[in-house]
This record gives sequence, structure tokens and C-alpha cells, in this order.
Amino acid sequence: MPDNFELNRIAQLYASYERAINQREFESWVDIFSSEPYYRITARENFEKNLPLSTLVLSSKGMMKDRAYGITQTIFHDPYHQRNITGLPFVSSVEDSASGKGRLVQCEANFSVFRTKLDKLSEVFCVGRYFDEIVEEDGALKFAKRVCVIDSEMIPNAIIYPI
Amino acid sequence: MKQDGLKEAIGWEGGDCATIPLSIYTDREVYERELERLFYNGHWCYLGLEAEIPNPGDFKRTVIGERSVIVVRDKSGAINGFENLCAHRKMKFCRARDGNVGEFVCPYHQWIYDLQGNLRGVPYQRGLRQDGKLSGGMPSDFKREENGLRKLKIATRGGVIFGSFDQDVESFEDYLGEEVLRYFDRIFDGRKLVILGYNKQRIPSNWKLMMENIKDPYHAGLLHTWFVTFGLWRADSKMRLLMDPTKRHAVMAGTRSVQQAQAELVSGVTSFKADMALNDPSQIDIVHEEWWGEYTATMMTLFPSVIIQQQVNSLSTRHIQPSGPNAFDFVWTHFRFEDDDEEMHARRLKQANLFGPSGYVSADDGEVLEFSQEGFSANPSDRMIALMGGRGTEEANVIASENLIRGMYKYWREVMEV
Ligand code: FES
Ligand SMILES: [Fe+2]
Repeated sequence: MPDNFELNRIAQLYASYERAINQREFESWVDIFSSEPYYRITARENFEKNLPLSTLVLSSKGMMKDRAYGITQTIFHDPYHQRNITGLPFVSSVEDSASGKGRLVQCEANFSVFRTKLDKLSEVFCVGRYFDEIVEEDGALKFAKRVCVIDSEMIPNAIIYPI
Repeated sequence: MKQDGLKEAIGWEGGDCATIPLSIYTDREVYERELERLFYNGHWCYLGLEAEIPNPGDFKRTVIGERSVIVVRDKSGAINGFENLCAHRKMKFCRARDGNVGEFVCPYHQWIYDLQGNLRGVPYQRGLRQDGKLSGGMPSDFKREENGLRKLKIATRGGVIFGSFDQDVESFEDYLGEEVLRYFDRIFDGRKLVILGYNKQRIPSNWKLMMENIKDPYHAGLLHTWFVTFGLWRADSKMRLLMDPTKRHAVMAGTRSVQQAQAELVSGVTSFKADMALNDPSQIDIVHEEWWGEYTATMMTLFPSVIIQQQVNSLSTRHIQPSGPNAFDFVWTHFRFEDDDEEMHARRLKQANLFGPSGYVSADDGEVLEFSQEGFSANPSDRMIALMGGRGTEEANVIASENLIRGMYKYWREVMEV
């Protein structure tokens, strides 16, 4: 079991993540990941059938930066506000990492994302569950891995921002 | 000739295919006629890939138009399809997305169907014995053979499954026409396919706009930064825009530009980012595959229900599932070939980042379709123009042409009689 100090730090990491994407601070979003990150959005159907396709998969820091650039510079999309609400982390394991780099925490949490388009009512954009791996780098907790598994069967048109 | 109120209401003159009345995207009656004439009669609709149901008893649930259908592989290995609609009280009985079964049982009154869709069991068909005599049950003239599920005609080619409610529909090969068939066979040449996974999105626009989007080479070299900047589809790309003889299907075949974009082609094009360089170039690590031939992309619209995408190393089918005149569900099935090596497998998955609901390219498309529909809904008696390349419907070979869209409407008007 993680001690209270560690749980607080995980909660703080979650809150920073939520804040970064809700405030559209995509550079901070990139920084919240470790130097060898893995970020994936996929449908629950793919996840449960072990199908490798992702809605989006970013497997390097460079790819994450390219996504941040894509969101702001290359993808044409409707302006919208995103409100991501992440639940409490369920810590499934804490291990000493073999590399001696420090501890590896595996945890999960529910998320819901609301979307508000200009002149429109707020709506549920998608709901799902995160499967995370958290490591310590330079004294700070970072996501080594965040897999976003979406329950929602149909994406309401386009996913632009990270969820 | 019978007066056709719908034809009058739409008011589309003569042989015009270039000025399109917006009501055909918003009107409920037009939509109902489309379902009847395009999805339920006279056409082949996409059902799936054989690799999704490899074993006897495997089934998947999908749709033709708005009707739920089941596709199943029976004990003999043959693929059958029927409507997901119990013969008894017309309940949509199959709720699972897919699975493996020996028979289908409608839960309401337990009628049993075999994997060919034949009715095999009706509880208490002959009634119940009470006080020594039979009472209730089905009348003696009720025949199980006449009360099976509504069967689909099935065609498979190269691992792709199509179905039709219309038992008299022409052969799938005739339906595609010789030339489009050649492009179909270029991808589906008998190699075993492996499913990579699915992406599903709800696009709030009329279903035809998605067909038009993939018959529109003009936008692809302007809207999409990734296409323009990395030369995947650009004004200087060599291309061929062809149709079948009826002009309902089309193929946009293009060869990516590896040269620097010439200034006059991209000046003023805001989506072109001259100094954009990827931090991780592995996302466009394109490897030319032998079977491509000269084209690096072939985007096929098989009217009315599916788009088949080969854009460099990424392959998918995109199933159009209409839901009223103002929305459709868009289901992407990405696949690879069984004999791909590990690198090609990984490459196909990575290039999938360009497509689907969050794709660097396709996210743009979903958005512009939604905004088009918003324009139409507020102005159903207005018209749009599709005049790039003239008013004709002949084959073209430049990006600045809307010939394929006009071709589709030439056909659409014939079948819809409007
Ligand atoms: S509705 Fe299916 S058995 Fe009665
Ligand atoms: Fe496009």
C-alpha cells in the first residue's frame, strides 16, 4: 500500500494533469509525462479484445510535442472548452522498479469529460477509465504511461484535445 | 406519369448535377426514399471482413441502412446474413455485438433459428394438452419454413463481406464494374487480413456528405495540413479520379509528392506549413509496398455504404451507418495483412494517428461535415455549387475538380427519380 504522503503526491499529479488539459496548457501536459512516455486513447472494445488499434497513440516525447503542435496549429476544429473530471486513484501496485530508478506505481481512475461548444449546451463528451503507470523522475512524479479507455461507443465527432 | 410530390418539392432541373439543392441533405422524405432505394434495394452494402468471423458459429451484428443485421459463419464455413428481427413479434433479438453460437434464440418467446436463419423451434407450436385435448398453439397452416429470418444475399471477395436485402441484385463484380473492381482487388487480392481494431464516431451530418468528402480531391490538398505539408495529397500530386460506368462508385488514386512544393501552388494556402518538422518523424515513416504500383493512396467510395482507404501504409474500411437525415455513425475497421513483418505492423498502427476521430487528417473532415450540415439546416431551399472542373461527370486527373461528386449525383438522381 502507498503511504499517505505518496497518495497525496499521486493526487497532485492527477490534479496537474486535469488542470493542464482543461486549461489547454499542452506544453505542461507534455511535461507531466516521463522521458519515455506512452499515451494512448482507445475504445473499450479494442481494449477488451486486445486489439492494438488506438484512436490516438503517442509513444515518444516527440510525438507528444507534435500532438500539442497539431492541436494548436494544424487540425481545423470547432473551438470548445473541455472539462475533465478525474476520480480518485485506485492504486493497484507499488513496486521497486528493476532499473533502480525508483518506484513504479500502477493505478487506475475513472474520468468523465464534458464538452462545451460556443453557443451550445454543455454535454457529456466521453467517459472511461485511465490505466496509469507513474514513476519518479528528478524528484517529481510523472506518468510513464496513461491509457485512456473510453466506454462511450460513439465519439461525438472529433477528439482534438488530450483526455 | 404519376405526379411525384417529392420531385416537385426538390425542384432540381434537367440534367444538372452541379447545383445541389440543400433539402436533399435535410428532408426526411428524401432520406426515407434513400433507405428504400439505395440501402434496401438494388445495392450491395458493406457488412464486414471475414477475419472478424473466422470460425464456425462466429457472428457479428452490424447494420444495412438503419436495419440491424447479423452476419454469421455456419458449420460448413459459409457466411450467411439475415435481419436481426424475430419473425414472431419483430423484436430486434440479438443484443450482443459479436460472439460464437450454435443457434440464435429470441428471448421473448424462445423461437429458435439456425445459422442459416431458418426457424427451427417454436415452443408449444402444437398447443398444450389440457383435459385430454390439445388447445392453443399455432394454426395447422403455420409453416416454420415460411417464417425464418429475412435473409440477405451475401457476396464475399478478397475477405470482404457485402450483403443485400435484394435477392435480385446484380453480382457484386458487376455492381463494382470492371475498373473499380481492379482497384478493389489491388488491396483485397486474397491475402489474409488481420483486424487491428475499431474507431467509431457519430458525425452530425447527412451521410452523403461523407461520400462527397472522399470524392473531393480539392479539399484534401487544402484543408489538411499534414497532406499539404508532407506532400501526401497536394496540388502537384499525380492523380486519377475514376468512376464505374454508373458513376456511383469512385476511386481517387494519387501519388504523393516527394519534391518541394512549388511556391505558386501553396502561396496563400494557410494550411501549408513550410517549416513544420516533426519532432518524431517515425509518424510518417512511409515504406513503399510492392503491391501499390504507382499510386501511394487509393480512396474508394463504394456507394452507398463504405469507403475503403489505402493512404500510404494505413488501411481501413469506413462503414457509413445513416441515422436520420442529419447524422450518421462512422465505423472504422483498421486491418493489416497476415504476412506483414513486425515493422510494417507497427507502422500501420502509427500511421493510424492520421485517421479516425482524432486523426491529424480525418478530425478536420468530421468537423467540416458538421458545419456544412449546420449551414444546410438553416437554408434548406438554398443550393450549393460543385462546379470545379466544369459541369460534366467524366474522369479527371487534377485536384481542382468536383467531377466525382457530380457523377454520384447523376446516378443518385436517376435512382431517386428527383
Ligand atoms: S418476439 Fe421473438 S419469439 Fe416472440
Ligand atoms: Fe479530407
